[in-house]
Amino acid sequence: MAKAHVTTTINGEPVEYLCETQQTLLDVLRDELGLTGSKEGCASGDCGACSVIVDGRLVCSCLMLGVEAQGRDVETIEGMADGENLHPLQQKFLEEAALQCGICTPGILIAAKALLEKNPDPTETEVRYWLAGNLCRCTGYDKIIRSVLDVAAESKGA
Amino acid sequence: MNAMQYEAPGTVDEAVALLAGADGESRVLAGGTDLLVQLRSGLIAPDLVVDVKKIAEMQTVTVEDGAFCVGAALSGAALGEHAEMKAAWTGVVEAMELVGSTQVQGRASLGGNLCNASPAADSVPALIAADAVALIAGPAGRREAPVAEIATGPGQTSLARGEIVIAFRFPKRPPRSADAYLRFIPRTEMDIAVVGAGVNLTLDESGVCTDARVALGAVAPRALLVSEAAEALIGSPVDEAALERLDAASRAACRPIDDKRGTIAFRTKVAGVMARRAAVIARKRAGGE
Repeated sequence: MAKAHVTTTINGEPVEYLCETQQTLLDVLRDELGLTGSKEGCASGDCGACSVIVDGRLVCSCLMLGVEAQGRDVETIEGMADGENLHPLQQKFLEEAALQCGICTPGILIAAKALLEKNPDPTETEVRYWLAGNLCRCTGYDKIIRSVLDVAAESKGA
Repeated sequence: MNAMQYEAPGTVDEAVALLAGADGESRVLAGGTDLLVQLRSGLIAPDLVVDVKKIAEMQTVTVEDGAFCVGAALSGAALGEHAEMKAAWTGVVEAMELVGSTQVQGRASLGGNLCNASPAADSVPALIAADAVALIAGPAGRREAPVAEIATGPGQTSLARGEIVIAFRFPKRPPRSADAYLRFIPRTEMDIAVVGAGVNLTLDESGVCTDARVALGAVAPRALLVSEAAEALIGSPVDEAALERLDAASRAACRPIDDKRGTIAFRTKVAGVMARRAAVIARKRAGGE
């Protein structure tokens, strides 16, 4: 069977690709489109390293077929910075050293962005529950949570 | 690996025709949070996958004269944002919101949770306690069935070839009615129920329970409606004596497995505790003491 032809939007740009129907969105992003910022950790929806935003919803791209992106709006880590200007979350993660090996970082940044867009002033508990599906095997959770809270506090003060 | 045909029809009739006309193995794709894992692990290799997320009636919540109808493919995140549904059926919504992470909530649905037929599915005891009815479309037309009759055992359902659960209809709520769902897991988030309990009840003006339904999850091959547990509450102010009878009736209904996540004795004991605590929450939500 011929590959499926998909027309979608990724990070604001119209994108077309061909993919096998069994390929996940994560496979398509990484292997077909060269967007390797989204990581494969568990490939079963437990670790959140492959997190992307689809039509405004945070999802695991390993739990979605590439063909399902037809007509959707996909946001990945590659679209988070505005050119050379880092997103406030990215900047804060660097300043506060909220990453160690970095494998979980793109997923956590995307998840944190989705949280702050929905809830700009979350409590620590809300941040911890929201990010419960993003595993950091270096276990650097505390700095991650504090960075997200600091970004929220600074944007509130601004 | 054979190529898998993927279709995303816009209507229920088209979806049913695709499924009914398929030669080989076919699967319905709603949120895909179970299906994709089964696909990737090689547990299933369907020839056809029918994505039902583009079907409007499977994605919407409607309210008619106080009776809610919830599309089977609506995501948990969208369900949780529906303020009226959350107010009327707090227990159902909180049960669905316990399924997986924020990422899983972005896709997972009530219909998928039911039709995946895990005995530990969190939303199912809450749906059964709510007396929700599954609206089913198939090659022979539409029919309705109580949610308790859909799953028949782990991974097995009573749905015929080509049938899809398209929505859930909830009964109109009398005054002073509320529901609650609790589950036991060894951590605070992101785990599969060792035991789940859903309680739905109605109180009269003096706080006496006039109607109740109790359902348990993860203590049998499928979620159980426990009428003896409901009868323990009816006619009582849901006081300590009634809760003790509820606890005993819940334990008596359990037929759990023994595994690393919970022994038979543990699950049985905890089922009584979860039912008891859920009943107290439901009583308070219904305006009782």
